[in-house]
Amino acid sequence: MAKQHVTTTVNGDTVEFLCGTEQTLLDVLRDELYLTGSKEGCGSGDCGACSVMLDGRLVCACLVLGAEAQGRSVETIEGMAKGDELHPLQQKFLEHAALQCGICTPGFLIAAKALLAKKPNPTETEVRYWLAGNLCRCTGYDKIVRAVMDAAVVMRTA
Amino acid sequence: MTVPGVTQKNLKIVGTRPLRPDGVDKVTGRAKFGADIHVPNMLIGRVLRSPHAHARIKSIDVSKAQALKGVKAVITCADLCDLPSEFIPAGEMMVNFKDMTRNVMAREKALYEGHAVAAVAAVSDAVAAHALALIDVQYEVLPHVMDVSKAMEPDAPLLHDDMYTIGVEPKPAMPSNIAKRVEFGFGDLEAGFAKADVIVEREFTTKPVHQGYIEPHACLASVSEDGKAELWCTTQGQFIVRAFCAKLLGMEVSNLRVTASEIGGGFGGKTVVYLEPLALALSRKACQPVKMTMSRTEVFRASGPTSGAKIWVKVGATKDGRITAAEALLKYQAGAFQGSPVQPGAMCAFAPYDLENVRIVGFDVVVNRPKVAAYRAPGGPISEFAVEGVIDEIAKKIGMDPVEFRLKNAAKEGTRAPYGPKLGPIGLVETLQAAKAHAHYRAPLKANQGRGVASGFWFNIGGETCATLNVGEDGSVAMVLGTPDIGGSRASLSMMAAEELGIPMEQVHAIIGDTSSLGFNFLTGGSRVTFSSGMAVVEAARDVIKQLRSRAAKIWEVSAEEVEWVEGRARLLGEGKDKSLSLADLAKTAGKTGGPIVGNAAINATGAGPSLATHLVDVEVDPETGKVTILRYTAIQDAGKAVHPSYVEGQMQGGAVQGIGWALNEEYIYDDKGRLENPGFLDYRIPVCSDVPMIDTVIVEVPNPRHPYGVRGVGETPIVPPMAAIANAVSNATGYRFTDLPMSPPRVLAAIDSQRGG
Repeated sequence: MAKQHVTTTVNGDTVEFLCGTEQTLLDVLRDELYLTGSKEGCGSGDCGACSVMLDGRLVCACLVLGAEAQGRSVETIEGMAKGDELHPLQQKFLEHAALQCGICTPGFLIAAKALLAKKPNPTETEVRYWLAGNLCRCTGYDKIVRAVMDAAVVMRTA
Repeated sequence: MTVPGVTQKNLKIVGTRPLRPDGVDKVTGRAKFGADIHVPNMLIGRVLRSPHAHARIKSIDVSKAQALKGVKAVITCADLCDLPSEFIPAGEMMVNFKDMTRNVMAREKALYEGHAVAAVAAVSDAVAAHALALIDVQYEVLPHVMDVSKAMEPDAPLLHDDMYTIGVEPKPAMPSNIAKRVEFGFGDLEAGFAKADVIVEREFTTKPVHQGYIEPHACLASVSEDGKAELWCTTQGQFIVRAFCAKLLGMEVSNLRVTASEIGGGFGGKTVVYLEPLALALSRKACQPVKMTMSRTEVFRASGPTSGAKIWVKVGATKDGRITAAEALLKYQAGAFQGSPVQPGAMCAFAPYDLENVRIVGFDVVVNRPKVAAYRAPGGPISEFAVEGVIDEIAKKIGMDPVEFRLKNAAKEGTRAPYGPKLGPIGLVETLQAAKAHAHYRAPLKANQGRGVASGFWFNIGGETCATLNVGEDGSVAMVLGTPDIGGSRASLSMMAAEELGIPMEQVHAIIGDTSSLGFNFLTGGSRVTFSSGMAVVEAARDVIKQLRSRAAKIWEVSAEEVEWVEGRARLLGEGKDKSLSLADLAKTAGKTGGPIVGNAAINATGAGPSLATHLVDVEVDPETGKVTILRYTAIQDAGKAVHPSYVEGQMQGGAVQGIGWALNEEYIYDDKGRLENPGFLDYRIPVCSDVPMIDTVIVEVPNPRHPYGVRGVGETPIVPPMAAIANAVSNATGYRFTDLPMSPPRVLAAIDSQRGG
């Protein structure tokens, strides 16, 4: 089957790729663009490990077709740090030991960044409900919630 | 090896909370997990799986699949060795190669829905999927059995006609689904129960639950024309993958080099092989690299959950709170092949208690479900769910505080464990005292709320371990380890190396070596890594220090005995003691003083101390819906020594939340044809962030005298008490004794309604 030509923006850069009509945005990111920071945990939108921003909106990349990225803007974990400076969320995840195996971490960071953009001063309950679409099997979420709340403080006072 | 006394004083690094060395890679998406590798000329492999729970395979015709353009290899069981029955110990579990070769690819029969029957490698995923549809498998569908008690009945459908129960004398005349009977205990039960003022006996059931790691199984195999092979995979142990795959493929281990990728969770479920032998067989046939990944559905259908079980427990006690006798009968589902964790489950059952009369009998039973794999303290959570429920009930019956009752009967140093040996120093009493002293234990409760407490025991293990410290010419240290880092062990091991050497932790760089870069290492499991690899790292560091002292001695033209190693520097003893040389100074001149400085350790670590825990939980039960909400949770555990307290807390918190899932939601649900109905994270619901509160932790430190820093493993124990603690809490909230997991809303509501007489 003929592949489709797509032009999009990924982490601020113009990117072109060819994709099959059945390929998801996650497939494209990982297998065509080799941006493997977004992970596939379920392929059904239930685990959040593939969370990316699409035109400023938080989505599961496994639920978006690659072709749908035409003319749009995608932000992935690979674009979160600026140069050698980690994003405050990345720094706080490290300081709070908010990761164990680390497979869910990119998804959590993208989702948490989206939350703090929308709500800079979230309550614990708001953090917990916003992140309910991201599964973590290692940490029990405690340290993740603390890291997000702490990063929110840093970002508000920055 | 000699293990000097436990070092607990003047620690500069051990016990602090530095950033983990692999952290930046993981928060930037740079870390390479199982499915993150692409190589040139790579094929995609996929597996055809049985739609039937139990079926004889009459024929497999792969000719159409093979003829499809883009298909480079098709394999069936004929492409793997057919191995005879051979049991080998593998940490806390046993493995049998005959079963392993049949589990990775069905041979005579498909024994569960999802059982692999064939596999293909093709130029793309789409072509591979098309090829699977062209494989023609003729099945003769057989009756199946899913329930452990039904499987034990004489007329049950038989999974293996050559399986005769082990552990029964005389050997049974007929084959059955009961693979093994185990028994532990001592004393006189009858006399013990006769002394009891109160006796409680109950039956319990638990459902199979999956480890639920977020990263599905994945691997990439590349076999060259001369038979040399490389394998990249997500695993808890690259050396056991090498051993298993070499056996299944008839290769020499030296011809197979296995690299462990970063691992996205395992909890015991990545200690076995599924895709890896298939990818190697496909690559061998195609002479191209083959990548294989499981979908989430495949993970649920065809990788190991832990056992579901039926358990009966009877405990007697005197009015003043002393247990007089304790008995348990455990029936564990093994899945399609023998090897449930019933033995460790039986050994754990009453291990937190000091008993005179105790007996535990366990059965390992095969059923038409996926073969179970280890899951965090394999077997322990199941038996202690039942035991701790009965313990709680008996305390209530005699009107004694449940923590006080446990304290009165608690195992301590010198207690004879029901499985035989006398226990060394353990910290159960300390965890119980900490529970009693915690504000949580006195906090008021409202209507429909209940508090539960439970304790848990886990053995922990040691085993074969190597570590190498390579001193760089700039004084940095490259530390090569053989145990994949599943939850922060690079941090704890770098900390111990740095502490020994007296250098900053940042100067130590941890590398997880592939199977060619150091000697055999047993896997990351059994809570063994910080204990065993830690011991190896300490020994390798002491080897380095010995060499550094002799290099300094050479420079100063004295004997090595006249040089001591203090705070990262060689110092001259006696006259001229202000003379010193740092590790970096000595590294810089190593070429002139004898060559490279490399410290090695190859040990078989023994003396892993058990870790014990006590958990407190408050719940609220909605009387209208039966929904249980976890209000407050406190996990208290003996770590021996918490090398990096944040990651010890993380283990405790993570284990507690897995336990919450097991207690309240998680279960495998099958239809009447033996087909799994909830093979996805939508319907197999592990806890999400909004399901749980913060998990408070209290780390108790009763040093393990067999480890240089007093470490005992901590990863597994935290999942042992939660189910019992939550069941006790829900029982206290509702006045109804809950004995079946999960306590999902319909079950809880039905229990509440039955009390209302509705």
